[in-house]
Amino acid sequence: MSYIKMTVSTLAIAAVSATAAAARDNVQVAGSSTVLPYASIVAEAFGENFDFPTPVVESGGSSAGLKRFCEGVGENTIDVANASRAIREKEIKACAENGVDEIIEVRIGYDGIVFASQIDGPAFTAFEPSDWYNALAEKVLVDGELVENPHNQWADFNGDLPAVEIAAFIPGTKHGTREVFEEKVLLQGCEDTGAMKAMEEAGMDEDAVEHACMSVRTDGKSVDIDGDYTETLARIDSNADGVGVFGLAFYENNTDKLKVATMSGVEPSTDTIASGEYPVSRPLFFYVKKAHIGVIPGLKEYAEFFVSDEIAGPDGPLANYGLVSDPELAKTQAKIADEVTMGEGM
Amino acid sequence: MTDASLPEERGHAPARRSLTTLDDRTRRRNRAETRFRAYGIAAIATGLLFLAILLGSILFNGVGAFHQTFIKVPVYLDPAKLDKGGERQVEDIKKVSTFGYKPLIQQGLFDAVQEAGIDTPLESAKDMKQLLSASAAAQVRDTVIANPDLIGQTVEFRLLAASRVDGYLKGRVMREDVARDKNIDAEHLDLTDALREAGIVTKAFNWAFITGADASESRPEQAGLGVSMLGSFFMMLVVLALSLPIGVAASIYLEEFAPQNRFTDLIEVNISNLAAVPSIVFGILGLAAFIQFAHLPQSAPLVGGLTLTLMTLPTIVISTRASLKSVPPSIRDAALGVGASKMQAVFHHVLPMAMPGILTGTIIGLAQALGETAPLLLIGMVGYIATNYPDGLASGFMDPNSAMPAQIFEWAKRADPAYYERAWGGIIILLVFLLTMNIIAIILRRRFERRW
Repeated sequence: MSYIKMTVSTLAIAAVSATAAAARDNVQVAGSSTVLPYASIVAEAFGENFDFPTPVVESGGSSAGLKRFCEGVGENTIDVANASRAIREKEIKACAENGVDEIIEVRIGYDGIVFASQIDGPAFTAFEPSDWYNALAEKVLVDGELVENPHNQWADFNGDLPAVEIAAFIPGTKHGTREVFEEKVLLQGCEDTGAMKAMEEAGMDEDAVEHACMSVRTDGKSVDIDGDYTETLARIDSNADGVGVFGLAFYENNTDKLKVATMSGVEPSTDTIASGEYPVSRPLFFYVKKAHIGVIPGLKEYAEFFVSDEIAGPDGPLANYGLVSDPELAKTQAKIADEVTMGEGM
Repeated sequence: MTDASLPEERGHAPARRSLTTLDDRTRRRNRAETRFRAYGIAAIATGLLFLAILLGSILFNGVGAFHQTFIKVPVYLDPAKLDKGGERQVEDIKKVSTFGYKPLIQQGLFDAVQEAGIDTPLESAKDMKQLLSASAAAQVRDTVIANPDLIGQTVEFRLLAASRVDGYLKGRVMREDVARDKNIDAEHLDLTDALREAGIVTKAFNWAFITGADASESRPEQAGLGVSMLGSFFMMLVVLALSLPIGVAASIYLEEFAPQNRFTDLIEVNISNLAAVPSIVFGILGLAAFIQFAHLPQSAPLVGGLTLTLMTLPTIVISTRASLKSVPPSIRDAALGVGASKMQAVFHHVLPMAMPGILTGTIIGLAQALGETAPLLLIGMVGYIATNYPDGLASGFMDPNSAMPAQIFEWAKRADPAYYERAWGGIIILLVFLLTMNIIAIILRRRFERRW
């Protein structure tokens, strides 16, 4: 009896491995967890409206996605990488080394980054970039001198903020959001507080100044969140004094638990982000492997569908979910139609 | 026995002892025993309490996922919009995307509200779109494509309500919270209440949660566990087909044939070590060996199954060896004595007797593999993956899919609180599976186990 069982199992394995060579017929996407919700909405609608199977979208972060994207060309590699930041020179080079030299860059719209705290917590209602710099930077300017960050409470440097312990939950370094936070908030705050000038006067070169401005204190007042916004929310839930960094869409889905603060006096909303008034926003992208167009069925159609007016336009489902649509959408649509790769015709 | 019946020597005992009166030492010992029993009962009671809290909170949080709110909407399938050619050709009808259906459905709901005589400040059909799930258009479109003759008629559809409406009726979305929620406002909730009274909004058992596919972040009301259940099923097939024969063959050889020397000792120690290796390690191994080296496709249940096989093998080897060991040597000796070869003795006599133990070990190993998430994270089974039903055996093994625990993990991460409920609901289904498997293991053991 066991003989029969074993023979059958062996045959089954053989049969399975024989089919391993079958061609892939669905689009595979991976990358930023910020873009994932949008990509999943598009993939779902794509599956409903076309005869192609629904594309598969994995998350894992912009950098991880681009790394997999650059692994090479072929059915075994992903077709599209989602990213919450633009691709870096280094990554383009790594891609080219593995034979991925034709990449189509697609900007899908803008996303706002909001600063929110527990709904019943202390009154964090208005922030300036300088507040965040004073709260989180490694070195700050006190009485004209650069010192190790001495601030324990928000009220220590800005009397308008609540007198509670600083507890900030910011995205970890593998997230694209972190980069935007550093550039648009910390760097700006560094400049506003005059710390940048002080550093320059102290004889530091430009790179060193930038690096020092974006260095975050390591004494536990600032916590890197490497997971998703759900984790940040859980931290805020259990810490009434905590302030966290979220995506606009996430905040809008959890207004019953979070209250949002203004930044430089502007309330975050799709309108203020689209107009550019709200300072902390960033473009979202996806990258398409041109070599896979025509090989993987539905890839070009997916890309075109993603940026079509019905989907990514101001009244589309993406805007409904919190994406700020790109005013130059028509240009992007033309770019995909003509399959214009990075570095050509732009 | 004989010692106890010896006549007691009198005169030497310093104090008289009696069995009927207790002395201090006996009392102390009795007290110690009572205390120990109390500790034991307290420990068990604490355990039971936590179990009750756990099960209670799972049921409390998850039971909502099994009920869903539906809205009955009569939709006029306007030929002018849906079939411009007028020939009822499927190709023509397919050209109209789901966006073309939305206005028709909204108009249908608006008319239904008017007909029911409900007073609402919402004045246009478009204002009511927040009540309906975004999946409604796809549902109507699929029906029309399957049956083009419906065009021109008014058909009543049972459509999913939006997750906020569903949450309101389940008590998850509170009135005081919607003030800042741009997905829904108080007027919609008033309308929902009125529609519920009019019988247009109904709640029903949610089969789609058990059989359906995953949904995008904007429509949690549509998400189901069905596709990832199939993913788990195909993974378990791979695990069973690989780990049972390999595990049993390895244990038989080690137990019955292998010489006892340093080398086999080393193998034995390493099998025990492997059983204690954290599962995430197997995930990394699976990623490196099966995907990066062997170039098997990402996210495929085949790869998941292979990875889980690595994890399950040691469990099966250990339990199989234990049950082979428990077969008394007299059985082997008797078989050898009547002239059977060693192999005949093992396969005709020892193995059948060890079978119940082997099967129990296998089922427990499978149950463990079914609930495992960590290795699957590394081979790309988390995300918006479980969307297409596999069309056939090969596609079941090779096409990207998720697994039940990975799907639950994914839901728990998503922004919309409605997904949180789904995650708990998914846990209920997963627990039902695990309980069933464990009960089967117990029954097998009870029925077939022999004691000597």
